[in-house]
Order: sequence, then C-alpha cells, then structure tokens
Amino acid sequence: MLKNEDRIFTNIYGNNSWNLTSARRRGNWDSTDILVKKGRDWIINEMKASGLRGRGGAGFPTGLKWSFMPKEVSDRPHYLVVNADESEPGTCKDREILRNEPHQFIEGCLLASFAMNAHACYVYVRGEYIHERIVLQNAINEAYEAGLLGKNASNSGWDFDIYVHHGAGAYICGEETALLESLEGKKGMPRLKPPFPANCGLYGCPTTVNNVESISVAPEILRRGASWFSSLGKTNNTGTKLFCISGHVNNPCNIEEEMGVPLRDLIEKHAGGVRGGWDNLLAVIPGGSSVPCLPASQCQDLSMDFDSLKELKSGLGTAAVIVMDKSTDIIAAIARLSYFYKHESCGQCTPCREGTGWMWRVMERFVSGKAEKSEIDLLLEVSTQVEGHTICALGDAAAWPIQGLIRHFRHVIEERIDNQVS
Amino acid sequence: MQDTKLIIDEKEYMVNSELTVIQALEDIGIEIPRFCFHEKLSIAGNCRMCLIEVVGAPKPAASCHLGVRDLRPGPNGEPPKINTKSEVAKKAQKGAMEFLLANHPLDCPICDQGGECDLQDQAMKFGTDKSRFSENKRAVENKDIGPLVKTVMTRCIHCTRCVRFSTEVAGVSELGATGRGEDMEITTYLEKSMDSELQGNVIDLCPVGALTSKPYEFKARSWELTKTESIDVMDGLGSNIRIDSKGSEVMRIIPRFNDDINEEWISDKARFIWDGLKVQRLDRPYIRINIKLKEVSWSHAIDKVIEKMNQTAPERIGCIAGDMSTAEEMYSMKKLMDKIGSSNYDCRQDSSKLSIDYGRASYIFNPTVNGIEEADGIVIIGSNPRIESPVLNARIRKRWLTGNLKVSLVGEECDLTYPYNYIGNNPNLISDAKKIGLDDCKKIIWLVGGSVVSRDDGLPILSKVVEHALNSGSISDDWNGLSILHTAASRVAGLDIGFVPNRDSLSANNMKNGIETDLLFLLGADEIEIEKGPCVVYIGSHGDIGANRADIILPGSCYTEKNGSYVNTEGRLQEINRAVFPPGNAKDDWTILKLISDKIKQPLDFIDTDSLRKMMFKDCPNLLSFEQHHDHYLEDLRKLSSVKGSILDLKMDINIKDFYMTNPIARSSKVMANCSIQKSKKQ
Repeated sequence: MLKNEDRIFTNIYGNNSWNLTSARRRGNWDSTDILVKKGRDWIINEMKASGLRGRGGAGFPTGLKWSFMPKEVSDRPHYLVVNADESEPGTCKDREILRNEPHQFIEGCLLASFAMNAHACYVYVRGEYIHERIVLQNAINEAYEAGLLGKNASNSGWDFDIYVHHGAGAYICGEETALLESLEGKKGMPRLKPPFPANCGLYGCPTTVNNVESISVAPEILRRGASWFSSLGKTNNTGTKLFCISGHVNNPCNIEEEMGVPLRDLIEKHAGGVRGGWDNLLAVIPGGSSVPCLPASQCQDLSMDFDSLKELKSGLGTAAVIVMDKSTDIIAAIARLSYFYKHESCGQCTPCREGTGWMWRVMERFVSGKAEKSEIDLLLEVSTQVEGHTICALGDAAAWPIQGLIRHFRHVIEERIDNQVS
Repeated sequence: MQDTKLIIDEKEYMVNSELTVIQALEDIGIEIPRFCFHEKLSIAGNCRMCLIEVVGAPKPAASCHLGVRDLRPGPNGEPPKINTKSEVAKKAQKGAMEFLLANHPLDCPICDQGGECDLQDQAMKFGTDKSRFSENKRAVENKDIGPLVKTVMTRCIHCTRCVRFSTEVAGVSELGATGRGEDMEITTYLEKSMDSELQGNVIDLCPVGALTSKPYEFKARSWELTKTESIDVMDGLGSNIRIDSKGSEVMRIIPRFNDDINEEWISDKARFIWDGLKVQRLDRPYIRINIKLKEVSWSHAIDKVIEKMNQTAPERIGCIAGDMSTAEEMYSMKKLMDKIGSSNYDCRQDSSKLSIDYGRASYIFNPTVNGIEEADGIVIIGSNPRIESPVLNARIRKRWLTGNLKVSLVGEECDLTYPYNYIGNNPNLISDAKKIGLDDCKKIIWLVGGSVVSRDDGLPILSKVVEHALNSGSISDDWNGLSILHTAASRVAGLDIGFVPNRDSLSANNMKNGIETDLLFLLGADEIEIEKGPCVVYIGSHGDIGANRADIILPGSCYTEKNGSYVNTEGRLQEINRAVFPPGNAKDDWTILKLISDKIKQPLDFIDTDSLRKMMFKDCPNLLSFEQHHDHYLEDLRKLSSVKGSILDLKMDINIKDFYMTNPIARSSKVMANCSIQKSKKQ
C-alpha cells in the first residue's frame, strides 16, 4: 500500500480547500522558480528518468513526448494544450484534480510549458465539468494575482499565460487532434497523422497535448526527484496513479496507489470489496470503458499496470476499474458501451461510422438472444475490420469491449441464443 | 524530382519521392481503390479504401495520405516495403468496402450513376460477393439544393469530395456535414440552394449517385451514349468538354481533363446548356413578308439573298459575326465579302476597341492560364472573372491558396471568392501605382475585361494599362503580363483572321445604326440590336435577338453540330467536333456561304472542311502561333502604349449582367432560366 508521504495528491478528496493558501500549505508552488531555473534539459531529463507514462490512457512516456518539441522556437510559437476533456466512462480522476488540486495542476502547466518553450497553455475542459471549470478559473485568477502566472511567472523569468476553454460534451474531442480542431473552432474531427502535433498542432504550431494527471504529477516529480518516482511501482510502470473504482463495490472511490498494485487490493482495501464478496465477482473492466473486460478468474492476482494488463489482451487505459458482480447482464453492459461508441463516433471515416452502428445493432440482438450463433464470429470479424483501420483510436475503443466479451463470455451469448430459440 | 527505391509487392521500384504512395503506385500501374482521394482536392483520408500494408507498421496505412517520403527504411537500411495485395491490405480494403456498402441502398437499377459509379466498379474488383449486414439500412432525407444538382442522400458515402470542392476550388462554403457518426449528413446550411457557378462539378466528383445531374435525371444510361470530344464556347476560355449524345440528341456535357486550361472543371453554363440546344431552333429558312416570317425552301431563300446582294452596292453590304462563330465560318465570310468587294465586316459586336494594329499580344491572355500559377500579382481591371470565366477564376483562387499572391481590383466591386485590394471604380485609378501597390511583385498579370475595351475610351485605357505594365517591368522579354479576358469564344480567332474593318470600312458600331448599310449579314450575331433600315440576313441556330430582327433567316448549326476551330482567350487553337446533326433543314454555316458564293458565280475555293482549313491556316498563320515566341511583342505593345486619348470619368461596369443568359443557346435553356431566377431571388 502506498505510504502517505509518497502521495502526490494529498487533497484529492477535497478535505481542505482548493485555494492558494491551502495549496501552498500542501507544498504546491514551493520554489517553482528554482525548478525553472534548473533549465529545460534538466526538466525533460528528469521527466524521462522518472519513467512517467502518460495518464490519459495510451501510456506514452511523457518525458519523451516533451522532448519531441523543437528545441528552438522558430517563427511559430509553441503551445501546451491540456486535455481535460475527461469523458471515458468510468473515469473521474481529472475531475477531482481540477476540483480539489487545481494549483498542483497549474504549477505543472507552468513547468511543462517552460520545458517546451511555450508561453501559452490552453486547457480544454469537458463541457459538463462546469463546477470544475469555475474552480480552475478561480485558481488561475488567484495565481495571476499572486504573480505565479503572467509576466515573469513565479519569478522564474518566464512569461506564461493559461487559458481555460470548455468543450460542448463530445467524447471525440478528447482525442488529441480532434481536441485541437475543436479548440480552433472547427468540428471536432481527428486529423490525419503525420504530421504529429509536435510539428504541426494548434493553429499549425508545435504543440504538445497532455492529460491533466500527467501534468499534475510533474511538479512533485521534479521537486522530489526522478529516482523517488521511479522507485515506486514496477519497472517500466513507475510511480503512483489515480485509480477510479466504480460499479458493484461497496465503496466506489478514487484512490492514489502505486502502479502495479494488485487489483484485489484496490477492490478490497480501498473500495470496500465486491458487493456480495469477492466470489460474487463476474468481471472487471480494468481501464475505462474502451479496454476489453477480464473475467473474475483472471482478476485473482492481477497487477494493475500497463504491461501486465497488455499481456492479458486488456489495458490499463485511464485506470478506471469498473467492477461487475454476478447480477450483471454482461452482454447488456457491453451493448451499452457499444451504443456509447456508436453515439460518439464523429462520422469522418468509414469503418467507425458504419461499423460502430453495425456492432451495436448486433449487440442489441445478442442481449435479447434474437441472433444466430454464427453471428458471434461475424461480430468478432466486423470488430477486427474496424480495429486499426480508422483515423483515430475510437474505432479500436469501440471494438475492444466487444472482443473482450466474446473472448471471455462467448458461452453466455450462446446460452442466451439457445434459450431464445427454444 | 528525386527517386526513392521501394519494395512493392516483393518487387523493387523507383518512385518519385514527392508523391503520396497512392500516386506513386498509380504511376507504376498498380491500382489502389479510393473514394475520397482526388488529385485536385485536399487529402481527407476518410474513406479508408486505399489502405495498404506497410511492413513493420502496426496497422495498415492510408496510401492517399502516406507520402513516399514518410516511409521508413528497414532496420538494416533495406528499402521500405509495402504490400498492396497482402492479406492485411486485402482485409482492410474488403472491410472498408463492406462498411461502405452496409448502408448503401441497392438501387443501382434506378440510379443515374449506374454504369459510371466508382462504388459499383470498385465493389466488383475489391469487394466481396454478398453482404453480411442484416440490420435495417439507413435512410437519409434528400436535400433540395437547387435546380442543377439532384440529391439522393441515402446513397452518400461521406467521402466529402463535394464539401472539399466547394470550399477549396469554388471558394464558397456552401456544402458541409451536419450530425456525427452514422447520422452525419452532407447538406447545405439550412438547405439553402447552392449558387456557385461551378457547382455542377460536384456531380462528376461524387463517386456514387448521391449527387447527380437534375436536368439529366433518368434521361439516359452512360453506356448508350456516343461520346464526342469538343470545346466549350460559352466563354472565351475554351474549356475541354465531352458531348454525350444519344441518337440525334445531346444528352449531357461533361468536362475533359486539360491541365493547361480547365483542369477538370467546367462552368455550370457549359455543363447544363444542352437543353437550350433543342428548343427555339431555326430548322428551315424563313423570309419576312409583311412583318410575319414565312417558311420557304432553301433555294428560294438563297435566291432572295442573291437578289438583295445584286441590288446593293458592295460598300453598303456589311457583316457582323457573333460570339460563337467558328474560325472557319468567319474565314469563309471574309472571303465572300472580299469577293463581292466589301470590307465591312466585324467580329466585335460589343464594339470592342481591340484590333490587329498592335500585334497579337495586344488582344490575348499572354501569360496563359497556366501562367497564373507563376504570377505573384494580379490587377483586375473592369472585369469579374467569376462570371466572365468561372473556371479561370478558380485557377486564380488556386494560385491564391498557395500564398504570396496580391490581387487588386479596379472596377465593379464583386465577390471573387478570394480577397483583393479594392482600388475603386474609375479608369483613372489605373495610373495610381501607389494605390495598386504591387511594387514588390515580379510577375504581374494585368487582367483586362472585355467590358473595358468595349468602352468608347477602351483604347486609351488599354494603352494606359500597357504603359504601366511596361513601366513596372511586367511586360518584358521573359514575362508578358497583359491579359485580355475575352468572353466571346470566337473573338480571338476573329481577330487572328482579320475579321475587322479597315480604316475606310464600317465597324459593327457603324453598321448597327441602320443608316450606312442596306444589306447586313448577321453570322450568329445576337448580342447586338440592329436599327431599322437594312435588310438583315441572319445565319444562325436559334430564334433569338438576331432572328427577330432578320428579314431572311438561313438556319445554321450549333457548336455541337459542326466541326470547326476556336481560339481561346490565350490564343490557343482548339477544334470542336460534330456530335449530332443540325435539326431539320439547317446546314453547316460555312456551306451556306459556299452556296451563296456559288450562286453569285464567285465560288469560294474550297470544297470541304479540310481544304477550307488548309487555306485558312495558310492565309492566317496567327491562328497557329500559340506556341511561337513573338519577337515583336515588346515593340507592338510600346506602340500601343503611346496611343493617347482622353479617359472618361465613367464607372467601369461589367457588360455581363446575368451569367446564365449570355448567348442565344443559354437564353433558350429552361435550366439556365431557372438558375437565373433563383439567383435573382437570392439577391
């Protein structure tokens, strides 16, 4: 279990105020100028050495991402864009950060922007997060008043501005290039890559898009040192992580834990256990709605980190653990997710536009059992025709839950079809 | 051009590294299916039909978007490997095709695109034999977007070619997509009608039957049409077209590729004019007896003409050629007039002041249409290229999109689809170099509209323009920026042939007042009002302004019904070909003239089009001089620049008031009339 002193988010439950005084008491904004003065290369190297992998779901090493930005600013300014469009079903970690630890986050924005030569940072907040937006804006205003932002931010010699922009509730705007399009005032449709945002991002300028959590942990990593962060967790899956545990547990919660924490610990120690006891567990979606589910049999000794979950053909994603007990109609649960992806597909590219609707309709029939058994393989094949063939990862996200379902619960679908027929 | 070595389907090839992979593959003869990709539009990468396997990449890549340069060599420096026929590639292509067909209706038998449908063709080659999609198909409501483009939106595969065309090429954001996911629909904003002059091109661009031609609706099948390559004569650009006919009827007109002129676009007037070819036709000779026109036989009509000719002194016989006459007709007419001893002939019915006195360079679009892409400055003088030549305007826009182009406009303010620096509406402003402000441009195009040179002070204005162009260095040994934008298809050929009066004879302007002539031939001249007085012989195809005034009507042919030559505004000679025969007793225009010449015992010296052409080219070498470098143009233009005259303080209005109504065929066309009504309603 993570020791209290190793916690980065000490106010994640909002026990104390989010305001600057309170945040300073928790150690935020402590000698930020000294960190800045250590220089860009030092910050990026520390971030690389810490082994922090992006907390938005894909798990790309954050330090490496920062290093992709051009070293010198040419005729185009650099931008940092923070993806606070947290819309993945089951995920609610960024929300708590914005609500309760905004200063931790704002400080991270300053450090990250400085490391990437950006004088401006845009925070794209999910449309539904109205309260969070207000808190964040108030925190930013406080920071400006205290001289922590603006000209010569925090006495670091770096001019830095931060702008909050809110979305209109489209899931796809959480995809980094769709987010940039949306930020530019266009329809939120993912861009073709390459060029990658580091070359040609917001308004065609070099841009890095990071998740709120990745940015928020940066100040602590820099203050305490990369070795501290990398000593936590497992190799290649270092540090701490916010886990969001929801579903059929007695005490759904957000909890900061070491990477690689056993799933069973998460559920039993932090979330008060599965409703009706561990044996009542049916399945778990370990990383937000878009990763394949895992049956109870695989959850016994499951280590919650990127690589272990990948081995099981699932993923850590945003570390949003959705727990389902045996009362769950797993087909209906996954069908609901299919509907979500069908509803949120932007419609730009063919496999996703046509495939998500097709998959959802077949799933709906599986729920009632009005289907042929041969359609299970058809659905699986359709899902592989969507996966990997689309412009962005929404196609993959729509395909994986279904693939997970068929991989582990094929017998449930077959039984239901049999019962319907008879 | 740098070449890169690639291993494609296990074979080594050298390909141009500037291309995208789909283009490189096409160059070496490997066909990749595609829907959204189009060479003249931006890359969307959304149909996912062109996916190929890049060895080493985690997933298939869209070859339309993947540059040859983006391919990475193997770990030991081997050339990049791609597979277009491997399992991965095939699965991706078949998958995309299955998705496209999933919600596509099976209404091919009643679809106008049938037979020339990209989806049909590619489904045959790259798809599977039957559908596994057993859900209900999506249905989408059709949109009413005007009289030209019919929509069947259920067929739409969302390739967004039409959206990209209207935004990028036509320069009007008229089409867009609303909704998302499978509810995405292509539509105009609040279902407004489209009013671009280039909207018809979306019909060609649409790879399926979602956008089809409304006038052509259910008229014919593509495989039963006879295809004739020809040239459009609706404006001076000479866009390359293909005339599709069935039996004796023209069924439709579509563009042909010509990267030097129209790329692959044509204006709506060029495309939808064809219904005007079938109505208001003069299909037999007429003679006016007491106000009323009476049908007569050819011999009677010709005899009447001869009688009039014999009664009239040669210097009181005149001829005006219209905007759609072929070079051959004008040449024959000129020969005939020469034989009877009159030089009262003019091809400038708009009383244009352009002449042959200052060399060919003084009346053509010297930089050529391709040259627009080299230019860094354009001064538009008294012209609205968007309605005078929409396709040429699209080319200017294309140049503007690439950046570093300054455009200034002197004349009527209008929406050109690209921004310009507006100087004012007064010809005297041309001399205000400071206002025009193109000092730092090296290759300036001085685009002079036909309306300017048809003013009374047309020549002094032109002279002023040339003077400025010479002074600014935009007429020099290696760049001639003087560009006359003709709106009449026949004009340059007319000038090349010398179908203009000499100092002592009558111009069109003199002839129309009805005092100085007793017998006037109108060779398809319909944009000129002839006063009472002379006996008018109208040789032409449509019952329009000319025929209305005529005393004798000799029915001729339209541009779809004859062979002939036109010289476009750049001075490029092109040929039209007969697609169908003229209706009734109408004849090829030059044969009518030949008939007259035979009757007056002064026969023209040719017996067929070939011998006519041979003579014409011998007599008028200018017609063929497009490729030649004119050594004398500087001298000629200097001479032109020294012409002095007072420039009137009058606004420079555009002669064309209605884009859809500029010639007798257009005025006969119901479709053009609808467009015109719709446009005026919107304004």
